[in-house]
Amino acid sequence: MSSSTEQGSSGEVDAPSSPTTRRNGELSRLLHRPLSVISGLFLFVVTAVTIAAPWIAPYSPDAENYSALFKGPSAHYLLGTDDLGRDLLSRLIYGGRISLLGVAEALVVYLILGLPVGLVAGYVGGWFDKLVVWISDLSFAVPQIVVVLAVLAILGETTTVAMITLGILGAPGLMRITRGATMAVEREQYIVAARVSGLPRRRILIRHVLPRISGPIIVQVSLFAGISLIFQTGIDYLGLATQPPIPSWGTMIAEGSQYMSNDPWMIIPPGVLVALVILAFGLLGDGVRDSYTEVWSSVSQGQVKMKRARSVGSASNSKSERQSGSAKDSRALLEVRNLSISLIRNDGDIPITSEVSFCVNSGEAIGIVGESGCGKTMTGLAVIGLLPRGAEITDGDIFFSGHTLRSSRDREMRLIRGREIAMVSQEPVASLDPAFSVGAQIAEVVRSCRGFTHKEAKREALDLLALVRLPNQAQIYKRYPHELSGGMAQRIGIAAAIAGRPKLLIADEPTTALDVTVQAEILELLRELRTELSLSLILISHDWGVVADLCDNVIVMYAGQVVERASMSEMLREPRHPYSSALLASDPHRVSAGSRLPALAGTVPPIGQWPKGCHLAPRCSLATDECRSQAIYEIEVGENHTTRCVHSDQLHRVNQALSETT
Amino acid sequence: MLKLILRRLWLSVTLLFGVSALTFVLESLTPGNPAATILGTQATPKTIASLTKELGFNKPIYVQYWRWLDDALHGNLGKSIFTGEPVSSILSSRLPVTLSLIIGTILVSTIVGISIGVASAKMGGRLGRLVDTISLLGLAIPSYWLGSLLVIAFALRIHALPATGYVTFGQSPVLWLKSLVMPVFALSVFGIAIVAKQTRDAMMDTFDREFIRALRSRGIRSRSIIFKHALRTALPNVVTLLALIVVSLLLGTTLIESVFALPGLGSEAVTATNLHDVPVIEGVAMYFTALTVVVFTLTDLVNAWLNPKIRGAR
Repeated sequence: MSSSTEQGSSGEVDAPSSPTTRRNGELSRLLHRPLSVISGLFLFVVTAVTIAAPWIAPYSPDAENYSALFKGPSAHYLLGTDDLGRDLLSRLIYGGRISLLGVAEALVVYLILGLPVGLVAGYVGGWFDKLVVWISDLSFAVPQIVVVLAVLAILGETTTVAMITLGILGAPGLMRITRGATMAVEREQYIVAARVSGLPRRRILIRHVLPRISGPIIVQVSLFAGISLIFQTGIDYLGLATQPPIPSWGTMIAEGSQYMSNDPWMIIPPGVLVALVILAFGLLGDGVRDSYTEVWSSVSQGQVKMKRARSVGSASNSKSERQSGSAKDSRALLEVRNLSISLIRNDGDIPITSEVSFCVNSGEAIGIVGESGCGKTMTGLAVIGLLPRGAEITDGDIFFSGHTLRSSRDREMRLIRGREIAMVSQEPVASLDPAFSVGAQIAEVVRSCRGFTHKEAKREALDLLALVRLPNQAQIYKRYPHELSGGMAQRIGIAAAIAGRPKLLIADEPTTALDVTVQAEILELLRELRTELSLSLILISHDWGVVADLCDNVIVMYAGQVVERASMSEMLREPRHPYSSALLASDPHRVSAGSRLPALAGTVPPIGQWPKGCHLAPRCSLATDECRSQAIYEIEVGENHTTRCVHSDQLHRVNQALSETT
Repeated sequence: MLKLILRRLWLSVTLLFGVSALTFVLESLTPGNPAATILGTQATPKTIASLTKELGFNKPIYVQYWRWLDDALHGNLGKSIFTGEPVSSILSSRLPVTLSLIIGTILVSTIVGISIGVASAKMGGRLGRLVDTISLLGLAIPSYWLGSLLVIAFALRIHALPATGYVTFGQSPVLWLKSLVMPVFALSVFGIAIVAKQTRDAMMDTFDREFIRALRSRGIRSRSIIFKHALRTALPNVVTLLALIVVSLLLGTTLIESVFALPGLGSEAVTATNLHDVPVIEGVAMYFTALTVVVFTLTDLVNAWLNPKIRGAR
């Protein structure tokens, strides 16, 4: 990475007031794309050569040579000659004047009409905006060619008339794009600031909005340039604008196609040139679009920036220091051993979780607790083999019923998903395909996992709907996801998850998106299903109430590590890690416990920025130099109770003192 | 659903009205007296005056437009200035040629384009980027130039297909098909390119959605996820694109009809443009506009049917 790209990706987080630095970011990104650079250069050279035709072209475009008809490429005629012995190269160079001028004419009209109207419509809104939308809706269906033909028939056959007409017909498209882009930035901080500070509207639009939306506009303009060239050459090919012997790229293709049987070569150079120029317009537009999206999405989404962040001291602490971790337990249904997941990047992997170990026995429910961004969800996704693109297991293993899942191929994993392990999503409605009825979606799982026929599967799906306590199953079967409340959708999600008769259910924040009353119902349902179907459960949550309600054991995760593990009752009674303790203290359900510890200030460090020693050290009131200087390991503090803290005794004493005084 | 149909109907009427009014106004700007053009060189001022009166050219333009509109609504689009033939009969004999081209191209673009798009979305990565490049190339190659290259290769060199000309389906289905192979292929490259790209992009977007992960977590086969769920979600985008392809095909068919000497609407419009035969051009404008109106209405209906939120609402 060069310094210029860093400028693009850092440094603009809190300073959205300087469009110019961003534009530099776009430009430098664009320059990192060789294809775009080549395209731009190519277009520049073609234009320059065309303009300088009288000085560059080896022959006059009309110079006939009857001793050299239909000659192929040679030293005298680099691209050969045509039916009258004229030099094809010279004609191409001169022909570009008509074709490219035509494109320029269309583009000028396109921009003059489209840009200001779109800007104002997007910025001002109201009836004017409605009118612009209506016109552009209409314009998409206008058959441009026939309007241009009518204009040509009536106003005379010239390139300028045709291309101006095309520009007018195309402009509503640019209006629409500009309007959309303007509306998107209009509410941004620095625009609002400019408006509040009383800058005149025209100045805001030109100085602040226009640079910000230049990306999509350039893309649109380059697309339209390509269309214009096809159009211009097409009209010349039809002989409607430029008349022989004047050369243009379109007339040259037309001339060539007249002599196809004598000399197939003649048609090649103009066609290839036209295709290359259109290709260059397209590639340039693509390049601008890609660099634009990169720069601006890195501004608006912290996460993308986070992904791009350098890996600060990443690879050092995982592999070398592997130890601990439970021995393989034959009773365990699921055993996660030293699981490390990383974001795979060219400039070094970034760890998401580090050496996570835990077991789930048959029929057991285990909770994973922690703030968001601690790696809970990633751990769950790793267990079911559905890590998002870019994330991989880099160390450790997962055993299900004694078989490794890490080395399973996707086909084998598919047979485990649904049948052995299933998942309940945190977004109930989004986890259902909006295009199919919910019943059909459940029935598909039944067919896929249990080999039922369509008819059997439907009956089973109706039973499952009853099992998750939904009334009027036959009617709900036919409903679509958008017709469901969040609570109903989550019941459907649970029905679909248990439809394959899995042994282990991973519920990732199953109630977070739901109303409080509905939350309790869903938890009740999960508890009942757990006993009815003897399910094992991994419940991922940040809410102690949810976990305490359902789980036998609990592990607490912080910044990719397990920091404490204990039975549920012991964890609630006596947490031995400052993080667990603080989390419990800040739990609204346990307000009566008073302020046992100062509330945990700060936030979870993003991945790639974990401290070298204890990950919690910067936020922990007990932290000492020992905590900051070296990696901290889990120690045993009781039966099946471990903590990743060197000051757990101190914490123990503090807690005891506090409980004695109260 | 009803609201959607009404909205589309309203847009359609406006569009037909707008395009016809526009061409009519342009026509009135034509220098010279149309009656004189019709009568030719043997016209006397007297005959010109009487014909002008007879055809209503001396009336104000809105009266003329009203008459034209009234006629058009009764299926009468006027007469060609040159041949004197009714425009509607000239054009209706040419409509099947253009329709064959458009329908053939849409079929090929959809089938081949979606297949390539799905395949590249399924394989992802490098092959996906290859599709991007190929589709850019497909957009860049002018169809009429490609058509000429095809003629050189398949008609002049190996004589497998006719270079030019059109045979109606009624005369010989086999020759009809043969006369369409090259034009349809030349036109389809563009459509295939953008359908493939759109399909791929839309499917890749879908792959990132929560419900796809949920489907996988339930052990659904990837074949079903790709072809049933992801493709189904991507389909509305492709359908919308098809309407835009049809609009762009009006230019494409006009050019291709010239390359292959096919007697379609576009080549008639080109001839009429050269002869300044305005009633014929106006007729073609009406036919083309009606065609896009029908296509946009169809795609709206298909998309409404594909969307359970609209389908259920009625």
